[in-house]
Amino acid sequence: MTGSRTVTTRPAGHRALLVELPDAEHTAAFHAELLRRRAAGALPPVEEIVPGARTVLVDGAADPEALARELSGWKVRPGDEDEGDVVEIAVRYDGPDLADVADRWGVAPDDVAALHMSRTYRVAFCGFAPGFGYLTGLPEELHVPRRTTPRTRVPAGAVALAGPYSAVYPRSTPGGWQLIGAMPDPGRLWDTGRERAALLTPGTRVRFVPADGVAAGATG
Amino acid sequence: MTAKLTAVRCGALTTVQDAGRRGHAHLGVPRSGALDAPAMRLANRLLGNHPDAAVLETTLTGCALRPDRAVTAVVGGAPCPVTVDGRPAAWGAPVRVPAGAILDVGTASAGVRSYVAVAGGIAVEPVLGSRSTDLLSGLGPDPLRDGDVVPLGLPARPVALPSAAPWPAPPTELVLPVRPGPRADWFSPAALRTLTSATYRVSPHSNRIGLRTEGPALERASTGELPSEGMVLGAVQVPPDGRPVIFLHDHPTTGGYPVVAVVAEPALAAAAQAVAGTPVRFTPG
Repeated sequence: MTGSRTVTTRPAGHRALLVELPDAEHTAAFHAELLRRRAAGALPPVEEIVPGARTVLVDGAADPEALARELSGWKVRPGDEDEGDVVEIAVRYDGPDLADVADRWGVAPDDVAALHMSRTYRVAFCGFAPGFGYLTGLPEELHVPRRTTPRTRVPAGAVALAGPYSAVYPRSTPGGWQLIGAMPDPGRLWDTGRERAALLTPGTRVRFVPADGVAAGATG
Repeated sequence: MTAKLTAVRCGALTTVQDAGRRGHAHLGVPRSGALDAPAMRLANRLLGNHPDAAVLETTLTGCALRPDRAVTAVVGGAPCPVTVDGRPAAWGAPVRVPAGAILDVGTASAGVRSYVAVAGGIAVEPVLGSRSTDLLSGLGPDPLRDGDVVPLGLPARPVALPSAAPWPAPPTELVLPVRPGPRADWFSPAALRTLTSATYRVSPHSNRIGLRTEGPALERASTGELPSEGMVLGAVQVPPDGRPVIFLHDHPTTGGYPVVAVVAEPALAAAAQAVAGTPVRFTPG
């Protein structure tokens, strides 16, 4: 993730292209740069900018080939993405997979909460369900695999781990992630009555804090 | 006062659809909207509605509706018998439905999805700028259930309208022009030849999320796991069983199976009308 890299693009049909980056950090930096240029009116009109784990999809472009030529010349340097608001999510660390995760991490169950709360995360991308953000920020030694057998029902608000990601389930769905805790007020994650329906959007920074006695909310 | 429609019979699946939700894919919100968008727009135009006014989209077995005031409606898309209080009425052209009469949209004689447009449009509350039912993420109104009541908007002032319109016939063979997708190189050269030379068939497991196919499996050249990436409408995604799935309007916005090719968007209206068993050919385009 050091240094600047040029980007590569792959065609994705008649109106879209997929921009491929070397890692999550370059992807975050490239996504932020796309949004900056779009806000400044320096990007041809596009309908959707959808970050993934190592890619950014640019969809609804009039001339994707011309756009690909333009984007290919960009140099992307990660590292300027540690700015902006931090959303705090209050968690009760009492999930059914807490002991398994503690085993994999080689710590006592009580230490899982402290380790998970000690990082600042970033929404790398969304998907699976509206309001579901894939949060990067756990170091590699704390990555855990998905459960061998997915649960048919994961409750709304479940705080979960899988691979390099942490996430909070905005509504009850089936799911195969390891559940370490619960957010008591999952309704905050997705509310179409709000101007910004999603609490977590790509690029948002996130901190997990203890649920008891701590006011939840965005801080500067 | 505007009219209301009561759904007397909802058939296999009847949903409210318009042009869908744009600009929210990065939040995990599918585009949604009418699968046969040209049929929706034509039905609306025949009523003087905005072309993207919300309509009802039926699935195979139609629906029956009772307005509380006299309304004008157009049933288009998949051809089907139309009756008003049991008397035969026009398909594909404006029909007057008296207050309390039952507009019955019968089982499709070809194709899958009929569209019921009503003067004034279906006026349920929009969510993120659209009234569409999104079956993947549960946005918009739930699919209609027998007895549900939906509000209508105010009809436009009478305008000079065409009395007839050309409706494309549902496909007896689905020809889908494709360009190589972002992950074509994850497949063997033989798999790419198979995609554009073999005949697939529409699987009965197709829905608004994807048109599933039956046919020869596409072999991967790379067996690695694809990190999740953005998915476009029309993406031909290949799950581990090797059978191509064409992503329709309620498709997930990010996914982890490789996309071998992408179907041109104008061809998707025909895909929405292809019944199970219809032969499918992918052609370069």
